[in-house]
Amino acid sequence: MATLHVELVAVERMIWSGEANMVVARTTEGELGVLPGHAPLLGQLAEGGIVTVRTVEGEDMVVAAHGGFLSVTDRGVSILAETAEISSEIDVERAREALRRAEEAGDDPDALAAARRAQSRLRAAGQDA
Amino acid sequence: MASNLRALRRRIRSTKSTKKIFSAQELIAGARIVRAQARVEASKPYAREITRVLSALASSASLDHPLLTERQDARRAAVLVITSDRGFAGSYNVNVLRRTEELLSLLRQEGKEPVLYVVGRKGETYYSFRNRAVAETFTGFSEQPGYADAQRVGEQLIAAFTAGEDDDETGAGADGILGVDELHIVYTEFRSLLAQIPVAKRMAPLEVEEVEEFDYEREDRDSGVTAGTGDSGVPTSYEFEPSPDALLDALLPKYVTTRIFAAMLESAASESASRRRAMKSASDNAEELAKNLSRQANQARQAEITQEISEIVGGADALVSAGADD
Repeated sequence: MATLHVELVAVERMIWSGEANMVVARTTEGELGVLPGHAPLLGQLAEGGIVTVRTVEGEDMVVAAHGGFLSVTDRGVSILAETAEISSEIDVERAREALRRAEEAGDDPDALAAARRAQSRLRAAGQDA
Repeated sequence: MASNLRALRRRIRSTKSTKKIFSAQELIAGARIVRAQARVEASKPYAREITRVLSALASSASLDHPLLTERQDARRAAVLVITSDRGFAGSYNVNVLRRTEELLSLLRQEGKEPVLYVVGRKGETYYSFRNRAVAETFTGFSEQPGYADAQRVGEQLIAAFTAGEDDDETGAGADGILGVDELHIVYTEFRSLLAQIPVAKRMAPLEVEEVEEFDYEREDRDSGVTAGTGDSGVPTSYEFEPSPDALLDALLPKYVTTRIFAAMLESAASESASRRRAMKSASDNAEELAKNLSRQANQARQAEITQEISEIVGGADALVSAGADD
């Protein structure tokens, strides 16, 4: 069976690359699933969104991606993000702490953005946000 | 004579202790280069991907985005200069600032008023010492820049650029903010451990040729990888979510920020390389100086001993001859 070559790239480093059976992401327009053979596509990921990559081993890798784009070509899928974290690397305690701090900080745009990032980290880690 | 010897010994001591500082700096800079180079490498996949996405977009979206269009009679040009926070880096800052001066006079010749944005404390002091107006300075991260720093700088520059869109001869346009019509960046390119070259580049308006040039590169690579799929001459037709123009809106500022970030990383690597070289020659010089000084000190000590001996001998002779008179 055909597989997708997935590259997950953050600004500071390449986070993950490998083969996958499916990628599920949410763009600003809505939820979207990519299977092998998908038509070429460029999408902007929703703010604070999470991306799920089903690897060939059958595991679901959940990624919190902030400020990202999704590009599907005939050679595979690349996910570009300003920062991205794989769920297994997310420190739940720290994310909660960050969320609490951001919520206390009030209404300025930076705090709201920080809160959204923390929420998506928690969601990716499978916790309630 | 004795005081001379003491002064020499003091100088030897101080030279040796400064040498310790230099070699410590050299070691630190050496370790930083390796890290900085690794970060430059690590940031490349993203830059490559975003360029690829952009060139795919460029073939589909209408290219009248403000960041892409050349402005008629551009009047003000922002120049972002990347210098270091600390000195001890040899000619690193001097070179970058000299390159900047060249760019500034070129811009003035073209009738554009340059607006300075400075990264790094050294650049800041350079311009404040000369009483030159600086629009904004950013300091405190020159050795280890993070993406957040690049974002801060990028936001400022793009805001100024956007504000410049409606400016006319009389000053600020409808929005009341005096913006800029071009963005330039001056930074130090890291070619190798021995060669770091200050370069000036225009960031905006982005030249579409540049995008196309990247596109060719991509197609060259593609044809190597996917030989056989055939349609290498025809651009792939993409689906877009949201519309191509909205995507371009979101993507271009990020692209500019990515370029600023890449420039900062290169500069950081260059800074450390420059510093290591400067500190290496400084500690070599200190070593040399200490060697010469200790030779002088030995000579002085020898001369002192010789003089003491001849004084004793002279004294003894005088006593002997005085005794002979008895």
